[in-house]
Amino acid sequence: MAAKRKTPMKTRNPDLIRGVGKYSRSKMYHKRGLWAIKAKNGGVFPRHDAKPKPPAAAEKPPKFYPAEDVKKPLLNKRKPKPTKLRASITPGTVLILLAGRFMGKRVVFLKQLTSGLLLVTGPFKINGVPLRRVNQSYVIATSTKVDISGVNVEKFDDKYFSKEDKKKLPEDKKEDQKAVDASLIKSIEGVPDLKAYLAARFSLKSGMKPHELVF
Amino acid sequence: MPFKRYVEIGRVALVNYGKDYGKLVVIVDVVDQNRALVDAPDMVRGQMNFKRLTLTDITIDIPRVPKKKTLIEAMEKADVKNKWENSSWGRKLIVQKRRASLNDFDRFKLMLAKIKRAGVVRQELSKLKKDTSS
Repeated sequence: MAAKRKTPMKTRNPDLIRGVGKYSRSKMYHKRGLWAIKAKNGGVFPRHDAKPKPPAAAEKPPKFYPAEDVKKPLLNKRKPKPTKLRASITPGTVLILLAGRFMGKRVVFLKQLTSGLLLVTGPFKINGVPLRRVNQSYVIATSTKVDISGVNVEKFDDKYFSKEDKKKLPEDKKEDQKAVDASLIKSIEGVPDLKAYLAARFSLKSGMKPHELVF
Repeated sequence: MPFKRYVEIGRVALVNYGKDYGKLVVIVDVVDQNRALVDAPDMVRGQMNFKRLTLTDITIDIPRVPKKKTLIEAMEKADVKNKWENSSWGRKLIVQKRRASLNDFDRFKLMLAKIKRAGVVRQELSKLKKDTSS
């Protein structure tokens, strides 16, 4: 087969209305340059005869024929898309966790993992939330951003979070936490009150209407 | 108790319902018993029911249905914007808007400031109490 075009072919015959092209057959013949192709090929349109194929190996008749016709399952060409990250969530955004052990905690967003989950950290020293994965649906994104440029999150992916030993936390994970948090805490302490803000939990008070609150 | 604010040409009113909610507009003509022709520098002149308007104390000096240019000049001359923003009503609306636009971090900082202020007030109060009791 000929090589696939990178962009789909744009038709040279625009529609006047549906079903009626602007140019006649003879004009299209000229526009497509079929006269030039013929001239290059000595007055006839080039033919590409089928290449001689090597003879196919003789197929053995199957040993078993099913009594009834076997139904083929329908073809599934679905390719699941990567989870779309909300536009309000960018690296360094402060998120409010809405469920789980750390419900109400304000944490810093680091990056989105390939599984679609968000990688967040407390930082651990400030509010006790370690490097953790969290689902986008259980999170409120605030408009507060923290400077995250000094942090290297390349090495964290979903495999990092698979638990071999459910009782004890390995030392290198503790080291990773300290490394990530070191530069984060420095940029957090640069903003007044931000450290206390991250240490405090969020809760709805009397009179607060979530649909009217600006986060 | 007689009325103090009248519907007249040049009366500045606040829109309290609809697409232009919260805008200051000028009554430029009266259509009939229920409706006025209303205009503002940033909107197309149009009719509005009086029920959608709340009259303010501010009036400007304009002829009936002035051109946009004369309207804007008259508003500048009467200094409507500053009069409104310095009135207690106008200031209240500005504070309400500001409070509604606070983000989560701002609300946290506000809470810290309130606690600090309350602490200072309580200290002064206890000082005064000590002075009167001693």
